[in-house]
Amino acid sequence: MPVQLKTLIPLFAVFIILFLIARHFLIPDSFGKYGHYRANSIDEIAALPINYAGKAVCIDCHDTEAELLASDAHAGLSCEVCHGPNAKHADDYEIKEYLIKQGTREFCGRCHSLNPARKIEVINQIDIKEHHPEKENCIDCHNPHAVWELKE
Amino acid sequence: MGTKRMNASRRNFLKKSAALAGTILATSALAPFNAIIFAAGEPEDKTKIWYGIGIDIEKCIGCGMCAKACKSENNVPKEPFYYRSWVEQYTIKNDGSINVVSPNGGIDGFTQTVPEEELFKTFFVPKMCNHCAKSPCTQVCPVGATFESPEGITLVDKEYCIGCAYCIQACPYGCRYLHPVTKTADKCTLCYHRITKGLKPACVEVCPTGARIYGDLNDKEGELHKFLKEHNCQVLKPNLNTGSKLFYNGLSAEVR
Repeated sequence: MPVQLKTLIPLFAVFIILFLIARHFLIPDSFGKYGHYRANSIDEIAALPINYAGKAVCIDCHDTEAELLASDAHAGLSCEVCHGPNAKHADDYEIKEYLIKQGTREFCGRCHSLNPARKIEVINQIDIKEHHPEKENCIDCHNPHAVWELKE
Repeated sequence: MGTKRMNASRRNFLKKSAALAGTILATSALAPFNAIIFAAGEPEDKTKIWYGIGIDIEKCIGCGMCAKACKSENNVPKEPFYYRSWVEQYTIKNDGSINVVSPNGGIDGFTQTVPEEELFKTFFVPKMCNHCAKSPCTQVCPVGATFESPEGITLVDKEYCIGCAYCIQACPYGCRYLHPVTKTADKCTLCYHRITKGLKPACVEVCPTGARIYGDLNDKEGELHKFLKEHNCQVLKPNLNTGSKLFYNGLSAEVR
């Protein structure tokens, strides 16, 4: 065996062993369990907190509103479409920071303003400027929970 | 002389055949590593969950609630240009010109300024991660920070991501962005933290017209299966063979 190899082989062996030790400590535990990634990250993502509580949670307490909602055109809507994300409010009733209560022309117009891209068979539309200009807001006449129960 | 040459060529032929057979055999031994070598594709086990999404363009009214809810649910930066989910309005005029707008991702709503007599057609297209079965984005990740989960959801491990942004370049649908605070890639998780708790993804929850459906593609009784059965659905950029699992009903050829 050439003398160079006699010195190089142990040196290479040391490098390889060091590499394997470093690799052992650098690669996270769950890496490669399902594929070329850290399997634990799936659980970490799944554990993130939610912000939208979901309609089932809302109507648990707000049953009168839910009943009214189910009786009219907005029956298919989830509460948080208009009221905003309220998982915090569901956990603690006193937290009402995200509860939105507005029935302005702009707000309702997000869905109901005229737009040729909206199909009339999918959604009723009005000209938000021309429709009953004597009233300020949509909720002056319409109850968002029961749209066709008109006030005055 | 003649026979000798014949023998030599026969030996060559046998050698090459054996080498070929050996290579094929050796390659077949790699089959368990397909997930690493190639994109994962569909799981072999058809009984397991394999998530997909359906969007009905004919029902979309462009209210932008999905895009707004996505930002609130997932704490996506409020500035424009950071979106996991957004809505585009396509406007095709009679002269053939195509205009696509998405003001603040549709979060503030849309207006159509083109007068009706000039319009050929106009419609909304909600966009989000296609959760491809053969994701181009996961294939380019140099560290294994982005992956397709066993349920078929493309996720990002933000602890492991080095922020090189290759995946952002690789996504043909533009569904990823670099988070300005964490400096890691971020994208739609199909609200993985919600669907694992039995809740709907935020965008599906708030869609007022039910234009969005999500579910298990392997569930033959499921809502998504019914949607695919009853509508003629298409995926975006099918020519790229990304194995997209986001199915659009009423997708117009102009949509890119």
